[in-house]
Amino acid sequence: MKNKFSKNHLVTFSIVIIAFLLCFILISSGNATRQFKGLLVPIGINIILAVSLNLAVGFLGQLTLGHAGFMSVGAYAGCLFSIQFQDILPMIIRFPLAMIAGGLVASAFGIIIGIPVLRMKGDYLAIVTLAFGEIIRSVITNLKFTGGAAGLKGTPQDTNYIIVFVVIFITLFVLMNLIDSRHGRAIMSIRDNSIAAESIGINITYFKLLTFVIAAFFAGVAGVLYGHNLSILSASTFDYNKSIEILVIVVLGGMGSIRGSIIAAILITALPEMLRGSDKYRMLLYAIILIFMMLLNSSPKFAQFKSKLNYKTLIGIIKSRIKKEA
Amino acid sequence: MALLEVKNLSITFGGLRAVDNFNINIEKGQLYGLIGPNGAGKTTVFNLLTGVYKPTDGSIILDGKNITGKTPIEISKSGIARTFQNIRLFKNMSVMDNVKLGLHNQNKYSVFAGIFKLPSYSHEEKIMDQKAMELLKVFGLDNELETISSNLPYGKQRKLEIARALATNPKLLLLDEPAAGMNPNETAELMETIKFVRDEFSMTILLIEHDMKLVTGICEEISVLNFGTRLAQGITSVVLNDPKVIIAYLGE
Amino acid sequence: MSFISQLINGLSIGSIYALIALGYTMVYGIAKMLNFAHGDVIMIGAFSVFTAISSLHMNPMYAVLIGIITCVTLGVLIEKIAYKPLRKASPLTVLITAIGVSFLLQNIVLLIFGSTLKPFPSIMEVDSFKINENFSITGKSIITMVVTFIIMILLTLFINKTKTGRAMLAVSEDRGAAELMGVNVNKTISITFAIGSGLAAIAGVFYASTYGFIGPYSGSMPGIKAFIGAVLGGIGSIPGAMIGGILLGVVESLSKAYISTELSDAIVFAVLIIVLIFKPSGLLGKNRTEKV
Repeated sequence: MKNKFSKNHLVTFSIVIIAFLLCFILISSGNATRQFKGLLVPIGINIILAVSLNLAVGFLGQLTLGHAGFMSVGAYAGCLFSIQFQDILPMIIRFPLAMIAGGLVASAFGIIIGIPVLRMKGDYLAIVTLAFGEIIRSVITNLKFTGGAAGLKGTPQDTNYIIVFVVIFITLFVLMNLIDSRHGRAIMSIRDNSIAAESIGINITYFKLLTFVIAAFFAGVAGVLYGHNLSILSASTFDYNKSIEILVIVVLGGMGSIRGSIIAAILITALPEMLRGSDKYRMLLYAIILIFMMLLNSSPKFAQFKSKLNYKTLIGIIKSRIKKEA
Repeated sequence: MALLEVKNLSITFGGLRAVDNFNINIEKGQLYGLIGPNGAGKTTVFNLLTGVYKPTDGSIILDGKNITGKTPIEISKSGIARTFQNIRLFKNMSVMDNVKLGLHNQNKYSVFAGIFKLPSYSHEEKIMDQKAMELLKVFGLDNELETISSNLPYGKQRKLEIARALATNPKLLLLDEPAAGMNPNETAELMETIKFVRDEFSMTILLIEHDMKLVTGICEEISVLNFGTRLAQGITSVVLNDPKVIIAYLGE
Repeated sequence: MSFISQLINGLSIGSIYALIALGYTMVYGIAKMLNFAHGDVIMIGAFSVFTAISSLHMNPMYAVLIGIITCVTLGVLIEKIAYKPLRKASPLTVLITAIGVSFLLQNIVLLIFGSTLKPFPSIMEVDSFKINENFSITGKSIITMVVTFIIMILLTLFINKTKTGRAMLAVSEDRGAAELMGVNVNKTISITFAIGSGLAAIAGVFYASTYGFIGPYSGSMPGIKAFIGAVLGGIGSIPGAMIGGILLGVVESLSKAYISTELSDAIVFAVLIIVLIFKPSGLLGKNRTEKV
């Protein structure tokens, strides 16, 4: 019998497919506004960042504040690769390779960071990953081959919304299937009760490392997509604020909900576009969202409200309304 | 050879010798009780047996294999499963998932197979579903498969925890106060369940309990612990009539 | 600059870290949480004093007082609004909330004061103390170290000798038992945040005076470093926070002088990782095992 989560994930996947088809039709027929077209790639990148961070924060239950750092090293690795090989390989081969390169480099850093922090309690992990993000940023800015403070120029502008959607599909496929497997269950068990998980033989160290590596990989891929969408790649974009922004998306969408991350990513990315002029309040809004969502999640009244809010009650309400009108 | 041989097991915390030269031999298939006043060190013994604490002295031998000082994961793989005094379920996960987690180590399919839904994934998941269903039927939880475990009533949570422990296919099952918080009816049902588990699964069970009805009802032998040391041990009815034991519980 | 100068530099900055670390360690001991926003309270302290002096033209002494009052009020408010409702929530939830508060403080200050660094008015006008021809200790360093030293002694006396102080120790040891003994847990926790925040204000003034400039993000790094110091000394231990903070200041100062300024931050974090791997409870900390 199919696991409930599987059904959930199938629904999410279908929604994304429909969204892709809609975008394709709109753009091909020339009915998409410039604003709309310009938002697709950033939204897509944020979706990939958010669902990968959600794996670590929402499913494993470990707060990492350096996700932008993984995005950063992936971006630089992928872009340098592309610059190096742009005259040797055709784009159709080079770009996917660049993405894999970026993802792998980011994963490698995921292991480097992961190993020392494996046994640390949550608070310490947060600080160390925060530090990692900052150190990466300052190191990259000081290196010559990354272009230093001036940034990296010359990356071919390969990113388009179709490629981004393809990557999203791959990311969702990997993450959703991982979560539906015994390894996904093991990861969640660590979040829910690590002492009990250990008592039934779950290797906590292994799964923490695995989660880090996978989350970092996709952050790196997102970074490559980002880097191939700009003329200059600068390490200062991948700062603490960026890590917080992704965290806000995960928190807003609901930790442990992939569909939530997707919807929240759309909202948060589109927000600055809609709030033209109030951009300086954006960070303030993020802070309020974080605090508010946490307070909301912990209040017992909200938990009651959430448990009553599901499709069954919704359909029940609709049915009784229809009966009333009949 | 006894299934579990514990010799001179001791642990010191700071200046306090929490468990002092504890000895116990449990035969395969026995229903053994560990009793004693609060703070006597019973859960500490469990923690020593399951690797949560490393003993400062002594040895633990399970089915001929020395497991002293091993990690909880190694000990789980060697064949000891436990439940906890304060129920430790995976609270955001369903009943079915909680039990399937107990089956985790009996499966081999890789992360890669799980992600790409290879045949090994489908095959092993199907077997897991079956095994989990069987176990849940035993405990009357087979109609609550998708219920989130923290939403279960207390009695069923306790049962789920036992089911999860059994899913790891252990040789020795440690139950820490399984009847805590239960009314007499639930306790009676639990007694039947524990006996059933022992008979049906050929399980060896060591349990900590304060409920004397349960102890006298199902435990063949018991060990009494007081201030970290073994006060008395042997056939339940004999031990409970031992004046030393009575004094320990009721005072002089 | 000679080794001794660097050492004194380190002791001076270490004293500042120690003051901040005390706030972290007391809150961690009592509320079992890492107050991520603590570093930004330091920054707020510095900004309040800055505003008091430059805009309101107050006497520096009164300005510092205003700074302390602002931070104390802020600390207590944050606890009541953001942390108290989450006393039973998971550590992850509390951590995210604390990050939210930290982010909030940074961005409020950013909105009000802008991102350019503001020069901090000079308020510690004391002559340098000359030891010999080769070097002298700056007035700022002297004041910083002396005041910090006095505060540490006063705090230790407060914790160990007064009723409120011992109540704080009791609540951090066993909240339930303390409550049963009649300790007003809410009040005790508020007082802890108040003291920590007050010390943060003073640390903020010293930090701003030492480095000369302040900005919305000025509290972040010293906050993190002070936290590392608290962990080094043993989180939850007050003498540990003092020793850890000072030690970290010395390590940072010597790293900057003899290895590299860019790498000094990385070295400080490496210290954290090494401590957490080899002695997770820190130098003076107790090994707190979770009840199984």
